Amino acid sequence: MTAPDPLSGFLDRLSAAGLHVEAQQAPGLAPARLVIVPAADWGRLGREAKVAAWRWAAGWGEDGDDTIGVNACFEKAGTYFVARTLVPRATPVLASHSAAYPGADRPERHIRDLLGVTFSDHPDPRRWTRHHAWQQGEYPLRRDFPAAGQPPAQTPADYQYNFLLAQGSGVYEIPVGPVHAGIIEPGHFRFQAVGETVLKLEERLAYTHKGIEKIAEGRDAEGLARLAGRVSGDSTVAHAWAACMAMEKAACVDVPPRALWLRALMCERERVANHVGDVGAILNDIAFAFGFHQFARLREEWQRVSHEAFGHRLMMDCIVPGGVATDLESRCMAPMLEQADALRQQIGKLMLIINDLPSVADRLRDTGVLSPEYASALGCLGYVGRASGMDFDVRRDAPYPPYDGLTVKVPLNHFGDVNARVRIRIEEISASFDLIRALLAEPPGGPIRADWKEASAGSEGLGLVEGWRGEILSCVRFGAGGKIARFFPRDPSWTTWPAIELLIHGNIVPDFPVCNKSVNGSYSGQDL
Amino acid sequence: MLRILGKIQRLGIVTEIVPASSEAALVDIGEQLKARVGEQFAGSLAIRQVDAGSCNGCELEIHALNNPYYSIERYGVHFVASPRHADLLLVTGPVSRHMEEALRRTYEATPEPRLVIAVGECGANGGEFGVSYAACGAVANVIPVDAVIRGCPPTPLALMRGILEVIAKRSSDP
Repeated sequence: MTAPDPLSGFLDRLSAAGLHVEAQQAPGLAPARLVIVPAADWGRLGREAKVAAWRWAAGWGEDGDDTIGVNACFEKAGTYFVARTLVPRATPVLASHSAAYPGADRPERHIRDLLGVTFSDHPDPRRWTRHHAWQQGEYPLRRDFPAAGQPPAQTPADYQYNFLLAQGSGVYEIPVGPVHAGIIEPGHFRFQAVGETVLKLEERLAYTHKGIEKIAEGRDAEGLARLAGRVSGDSTVAHAWAACMAMEKAACVDVPPRALWLRALMCERERVANHVGDVGAILNDIAFAFGFHQFARLREEWQRVSHEAFGHRLMMDCIVPGGVATDLESRCMAPMLEQADALRQQIGKLMLIINDLPSVADRLRDTGVLSPEYASALGCLGYVGRASGMDFDVRRDAPYPPYDGLTVKVPLNHFGDVNARVRIRIEEISASFDLIRALLAEPPGGPIRADWKEASAGSEGLGLVEGWRGEILSCVRFGAGGKIARFFPRDPSWTTWPAIELLIHGNIVPDFPVCNKSVNGSYSGQDL
Repeated sequence: MLRILGKIQRLGIVTEIVPASSEAALVDIGEQLKARVGEQFAGSLAIRQVDAGSCNGCELEIHALNNPYYSIERYGVHFVASPRHADLLLVTGPVSRHMEEALRRTYEATPEPRLVIAVGECGANGGEFGVSYAACGAVANVIPVDAVIRGCPPTPLALMRGILEVIAKRSSDP
């Protein structure tokens, strides 16, 4: 028995409601399907999708000759569809989805800043990605905007961005960043506080905006894979995989089983490395130095084995279009398995110590609570979503090879506090050890890379990969000569950054670092 | 508490007993670093790290300098929270245009000798990102740079070597 397809029912419902939607063939987007929506029905599509409990996953635009295409990707129970509409390039105006989906707020402002599409009923008229490197009225993702741009001789610091001010007796403001006190990416946080209590936090990001979408244009497939591997350095494997998956679908290249096997092995190793490092950093933020050093030690040992096996401590540039760059020597397999087993034991023992300390519990429990309602409203992904009741993982719910042949355990928690996010991460480490064990038990033979075929002009592809932060969505369109015409990588951090503004309410300012680290959004991944 | 003490005792010190071949280099570089830091910075070299637009890959490896394997603090090198406390800026790039002014101000806030090391391919030459409407490319395009540490990202050992080289070069300069 097959499960009912949520999309057919939804499309029927839209038609019955008078929306002129049309499902089209788009094999490169599979498993997502393409649904063309008239611009006039765009706002209603958002409201209907919300009523039908679809998750708003991503939004992105694309300049055309006379039109600008705007896309929104929705997901429900592992079924995806990409809604697409066209607006005239001369008057690019469209209804906003952000009233129904607060998570669409920043992506729509990003589209507005980079493509000049006006979302007519968007509640926030302020810039998001644009500071002062280009002028209002200039749109870097328009085709007539050169990648070099016309930046000022010196770009001034961001100014005239109106933060919402709290007022009243004893209210004061703390501006933090963009240069932070630690070894951390840059961004600005504006706190309104009374005493030690945070009344309000507003984030101002895009300090690391590097023009990734623009400088992707004109690259060949290998060049795009390298760029994708640097969207967020801690997710280099997952982003490179998602971009390659998108390109491979567009170019109809079948990746050999051994390459998929190696990709999964690397992706799980990346997940473990980041979770282990972050658990240590979270403990550091509550001044529990013992925990910090123990987990930092384990992360280092883990990275050394990655280097031994794949030639790079972060496994950068190991995933290439059509497969992987380096094979795993059989001599590395046994040590890899032994290390996973040893680490599982060590982490188990460390957690016994950590769980035994009331001072740790006091700092982590009930700190930075993200309610399931907020997590759902924002479409929070990864461990942040799963610690707040969002039961979703691409590897299990829309499995791509080799996960279609594996059992992926997906932990779930509903408390939504820092403690829950730590628990989820520890359980995800354990689930990754299970996957590594299962993968190493059955190594497929054969080639590690397929010959690349030039994709036809106009072909598009969608990559969906569960990175360590959650679902990464990567969209690629090829232009003439096998060169990239459009690249949009949606890091899961887009969905979790707004959550920090909510979960910090009522917490004390000194708990901000631990709250922030427990979420650990990527600045570079959201700033692009 | 007993468990913690037990764990610490059983584990011992990982910092100096690592068998890998590169560790001889680590101890060697470390000792030289300590000697130079002793001569020139009264035993304490304060570093302010500035991410001026990096993908965060370099930051992961800079973090690793503080893990128990490298433990760079034992050589007198430590990371500080303010440029006003720093002898040296460790800057990753490419410098995004949105971070350009923040980087300048950080540099201006740093007291002499105000050494600057550009870290990573992007910091050294713009890397995958180069110069565009959004990025200024290399750190040297924005502030004066004394040395670069290449690599994408550079390994912790390469970072230590690079820090040593820049202060060694300084001592040999007239």
